[in-house]
Amino acid sequence: MFDIQTQLFEGRDIRFGPIDYEKDPQIESKWTHDSDFMRLYGIDPARPMSPAMVKKKYEKLEKEIEESKNIFYFTIRAREDDRLIGKAVVSRIEWSNGNGWIELGIGSADDRRKGYGTQALQLLLRFAFVELNLYRVTARVQEYNEAAIALLKKFGFTEEVRRRQALERDSRRWDLLVFGLLKDEWAKQAQA
Amino acid sequence: MRDLFRGDLVRLTAEDPETRAKIEVHWQRDSEYRRFLDAEAVMVVSEKWLKDWFEKRDEEGFGPHRYVFSVRTLAEDKLIGFFALWVDLVHSEAWVGIGIGEREFWGKGCGTDAMRLCLRYAFTELNVQRVSLGLMDYNPRALRSYEKAGFRLEGRTRGDVQRAGRHHDSLWMGILRAEWLGLDAAAVE
Repeated sequence: MFDIQTQLFEGRDIRFGPIDYEKDPQIESKWTHDSDFMRLYGIDPARPMSPAMVKKKYEKLEKEIEESKNIFYFTIRAREDDRLIGKAVVSRIEWSNGNGWIELGIGSADDRRKGYGTQALQLLLRFAFVELNLYRVTARVQEYNEAAIALLKKFGFTEEVRRRQALERDSRRWDLLVFGLLKDEWAKQAQA
Repeated sequence: MRDLFRGDLVRLTAEDPETRAKIEVHWQRDSEYRRFLDAEAVMVVSEKWLKDWFEKRDEEGFGPHRYVFSVRTLAEDKLIGFFALWVDLVHSEAWVGIGIGEREFWGKGCGTDAMRLCLRYAFTELNVQRVSLGLMDYNPRALRSYEKAGFRLEGRTRGDVQRAGRHHDSLWMGILRAEWLGLDAAAVE
């Protein structure tokens, strides 16, 4: 289905690349000042980060990647000018079980609804299944993150768990959902 | 007020690292027990490694994110298990890990009794909104015990654990504060 010449890091409009310590901290710092983005991306309390703080975070992350051997982190970059538009991650891989957790974020509102997320998820799943050889991937989503839920469903993910009222935001409690996709389910879709 | 640390069959204690390591090193050699505890590949560890590990945890202290108890039987005063609560203070949720290492006490209600104490501690002392746990589908005894304590099954992640040559599901359970208050009306006396 994919031969050895297939470029794993190249999509139509985007590509996966490494962290750029010179340019990326400025851009990611800007994303962290957008509380909407922060609340869609994670469940930790949203807080703005300075470029220096972002740089420190990258250093910590690359150290953790090297030591843990169970994290694969990509920056998502526009093909036209290599500018940073998001991040795509496989983490918490349990090698003996063949399971990994995925995360995907398009940082700026201007870059959303352009198909970049779809292309990035395509690359990320292909990487997880034919390079890491995982048996399944898992994603966690807040019930209010409708765009993420729609994207996962488009790729054939199944809602497997609904952790009731596990999250508190804006003075109310929300469910946290866990979605899963098995390798053979993905392979059928990727071929079609 | 109720005694938070005393149930019908067991009581909750804090034990020295030496005491824990000496006993729990035997539990760690029981691969069935270890496979019930989590989804990682099981491995044996030395008594010294365990003692150092418990010492390090003691240095980190009790709370506000992690609360650990040892479990002793009331009848024999025998150390048979443990549980730990990990608390997410922002979203007011606690995760439980529980284990009864002494096999002769499996299926006798000691784990369920310890879990009831655990829930009372989480909801009336830590005051969380929700308690969560995970287990594997090859541990039906634990599933029954958790259901008895009031947990509800919230879903299963398909085939995310590989053991003994086949794929198994992880089961995800949770209990909300309102559900627990309804169950354990005595707790609000």
